[in-house]
This record gives sequence, structure tokens and C-alpha cells, in this order.
Amino acid sequence: MALLTIRNLTVRFGTSTGSFTAVDGIDVHVDKGEVLAIVGESGSGKSVSMLAAMGLLPDTATVTADEMTFDGRDLLSMTPRQRRQIIGREITMIFQEPIASLNPSFTAGYQIEEVLRLNAGLSRKAARARAIDLFEQVGLPDPEGKLKSYPHQMSGGQSQRVMIAMAIATNPRLLIADEPTTALDVTIQKQILDLLMELQQETGMALILITHDMGVVAETADRVQVQYKGKKMEEADVLSLFENPQNPYTRALLSALPENATGDRLSTVASFLEHEAQP
Amino acid sequence: MSVVVEGRNLIRDYHIAGSLMRPAKTVHAVKGISFAVERGKTLAIVGESGSGKSTLARIVALIDQATGGELLIEGKPVDIGKTRPTREMRSKVQIVFQNPYGSLNPRQKIGDVLMEPLFLNTDTPAPERRDRAREMLVKVGLPAEHFNRYPHMFSGGQRQRIAIARALMLNPTLLVLDEPVSALDLSVQAQVLNLLADLQEEFNLAYVFISHDLSVVRYIADDVLVMNQGEAVEQGSREAVFADPQHPYTRELFAATPVTDLDAIRARVARRQAMRAAAGG
Repeated sequence: MALLTIRNLTVRFGTSTGSFTAVDGIDVHVDKGEVLAIVGESGSGKSVSMLAAMGLLPDTATVTADEMTFDGRDLLSMTPRQRRQIIGREITMIFQEPIASLNPSFTAGYQIEEVLRLNAGLSRKAARARAIDLFEQVGLPDPEGKLKSYPHQMSGGQSQRVMIAMAIATNPRLLIADEPTTALDVTIQKQILDLLMELQQETGMALILITHDMGVVAETADRVQVQYKGKKMEEADVLSLFENPQNPYTRALLSALPENATGDRLSTVASFLEHEAQP
Repeated sequence: MSVVVEGRNLIRDYHIAGSLMRPAKTVHAVKGISFAVERGKTLAIVGESGSGKSTLARIVALIDQATGGELLIEGKPVDIGKTRPTREMRSKVQIVFQNPYGSLNPRQKIGDVLMEPLFLNTDTPAPERRDRAREMLVKVGLPAEHFNRYPHMFSGGQRQRIAIARALMLNPTLLVLDEPVSALDLSVQAQVLNLLADLQEEFNLAYVFISHDLSVVRYIADDVLVMNQGEAVEQGSREAVFADPQHPYTRELFAATPVTDLDAIRARVARRQAMRAAAGG
């Protein structure tokens, strides 16, 4: 059952030197309860395509698509007001820099209660109680005390837990996580990934994980989509992708992993890139 | 095999001045670490943020002084707090930093970046400085014509090559590499790691390689030192540490590192399918 379907998405940015195509005819689809990983290096358009779906790109971006539907509803023809009923409620997002994602001037409690009042329609009192529950659910120590903490008083891992609590506050059906663990240490990364997978299994929400880390893909995804320079290179279930990659770029990427080194030098993506550079 | 750098019980404390509301305190960033690196070998120092690994790197690179213990470069004790290191000593130890966007001066041409170490530390005449800078550009895989370009004209991987070239200008015997590939994309990371391996072979360099990425460490290191909260919790050859980690922290670190092993993926996919079937039924 398709939850989010995007067909032929193109995103162009107008710049002083002409237009730049960041996403070039990408298809994305996620089923209910599925974990999709979108993998790519910098400049692959992996974040931009999801920001486009969320409607979070600046005015300089031109977004076109043949189809963009969420649970059968057309996101393209919707009024902004209707769209806001979905974005932030049924589809939520977390970002790479947890400390930068939170407002430094307000307590964690204020920020999550704001989400609960505006997007879940709870009263102040109910929001407070639900916030404590959510903090408990994401494994924050001393949930009541944390409501009164400012972002600078929390570690990176704790801030990301607060962000996750805010993102699941409205019981979304799709959570988009954009490099959620890139800024974190590996032991904290494991905790956060475990938490996301646990929540996914408990709630049955779909999860789109944007990452550059093949290890993270191997440990979380059901299905994987590989992007390079705004184009989709390959799409496969996680085991097939690692076992038998079809696309030359995917193969190059996998053999560039230090753990896959054969002999005393790594194979690089360079040979593929040179091949690509020729028109 | 000659030992290039040796640390004996190195200690670094930071004193944080108190204020009206807060008493002064001392942070023990490095708590007595000993190690030795031979010519042509790589010691990897692994740890998470706050483990003290970069503090240790700065001590070895003669940027910061140690609060206690002894640092020997090619057998000679060096204490930058007591005596200014000679130009020869400075030339022996060079450092490459994590972020090539921050470690190059945006207003300095690449040629000047490379010639500056020679200008400051040697009496090499200008024409020779220029020639050696051009040669070094080629060595690190960049065309000599890039001599007159500015840093903003290069990608992250190219900039890291320039930072490596700068570090090699003085023919050092020891290179301190502080997370040199963690800001780079996977494909570029592989190229820079290969370059480092080539250069190590060519110049018989000793590397102190700081990293948090165990897969990179496993690829590049001869010896491994695992740091946690300023202490060396585990130290040994790469084979020994990876085959049979002794300390609980090392094991935790290994367990937390994501693996792309096919059997592991197969097992996880099977687990998920079983869970789905149970939930559906």
C-alpha cells in the first residue's frame, strides 16, 4: 500500500549564473510501515527531494512533479492551508543538527507543548501530561525535569531525542529523518537508530531515512534508493543492494567502503566518475 | 626500526577559572598516556567526542604543551613550555586538520600556502621554494597549474590534498592526522586514504591518525589506542584489538559501529519479517 508517491520530481534553483537542477526526475514511493533509505553523497539531491515533498524549500526553488500524493491525497493541487493539515501532523521530519533544530530561547517542554497544542489540539494541561509521556517513550532520563531544560543544557543525543519526541507527538504516518545521527558519536548513534526502529515497529509508521552512511542503511532499511547528482541510480531491497548491486555507481560506492578493501588500496569511485564525466 | 615519536605518561589538565557563582575546576583531558610509533607505521587513536584524542594530537604536534609526562621526538625530549622547539624539530612534526575548509586561509593562493612552511622554517631560496611547491602539488595528485588558485576554487577532497601537501613540504618524519577524512564523502575518503598510504610508503612516514571511525582505523592502522575520558582503555596491534577487544568500552564501541556484513543484514531482514508476520497474525 503506497503511502507517499512522488513521480518525476524535478527541483531547480534559480541562481545568479542561471538555473541549477538539484533533483532531476526522481521517483519516490514509500509503503505504509516501510523503512526506506535514500542514500547519496553530498550534492545527490537526497535532502532536497524530501524538503520539496514537505514544502520547505525557499522561493528560489521551482518544484515540478507529475504526481505527488500522500495516502491518495494530491499534495500538488492542495491549498497551503490543506497542506499544513498534513505536513507537521501526518508527515513529520527531523534533521541532522539536533541542537540547531531546537530554539535556544525556549525550554524543551515549551517547544513540545507548542506542537501538541497547535497540531494535536490539546489543552495546556493535557499537553504537559502528554509531553512527559513522550519524553519517557523516547528514553529521556528524568522526563519531568527535562521539560524545564533549555537546549544548551542537554547533550546532542538528548536533543535528538527531544526532536524525535516532537516528531512523533502527532502520531505521524510518515517520519522523514534527514541524517539524524551524522552529528552524533557512534554509541549515541546506535541508541538513536535503535529508538527510531523501535518507535517505527510500535507505531507502524513509515520511515524515510536520508543518509550517506552505508552502515546505517545496512542496519535499518527495508528498501534502499541510491541517488547521484539528482538522479536515481538504483532501487532495491536492502539485501539485494548489498549482495548484488546492479548499478555501476552503487558498486563503486560499496567497494569504496574501508571494510570492503581488498589488498592494500581502496577502490575509489573515481573511475566511475571519470566515465560519467564524458558526455 | 627506529622510533619516531614516543609519549611517556603524557598528562594534560585544563584549569577553568572560577567566577562569582562557580568554583574553579580542573579538567583532566589526558590522564597519563604512553605510546610509541616507528618509522613507516601508523598509530590510530580512537575515541568519541570528549575522549581527549584531539588534545593528545595537539600535544604530539607541538601545538600544546603537556602538563606532565615526557614527549620524545626521534629520541630527543621536547617540552615546548620550557624551550622553543628548533626549526629542525618543527619540521619533523606536521599536522593535518579535520576540516579543510577551515584550515586553509581563503585569501592565500595555494602556491603561497605550500611555500610558507619553507619560508618560515628553512633558508630555501624563492625559486627553489616555488619548484618544490609545484612538485608537491603533483605528488598529492593535483596539476601544477593550480599553483595560483585560491582555496574556494577546490572541492573538499582537493583541499584536503592541499593540506596534506602543506604538511609534507618540510619533509617531516611524523604526520599527525586529526580526523583527516571525516568531513569527506565516501568516494573522496577512499581517494584520500589511498593517497595517505602511497605517501607513507614513499617517504617512510610515521602517522598518528586520530579517528572515531572504526572501519577506517581497521583499514589504515598498524597499532590502535582506544581512548575514553582521557585514559587509554586499550592499546595493541590492530589484529589483536579487532580480533579480541579486552576492555568493555572497546567492545561497546565495536558493537555500536554499523556493519555492512551480508550475514548481519540477512539476519536483521529475517527478524523484521518474523516480527511483521507475528503482528499481522
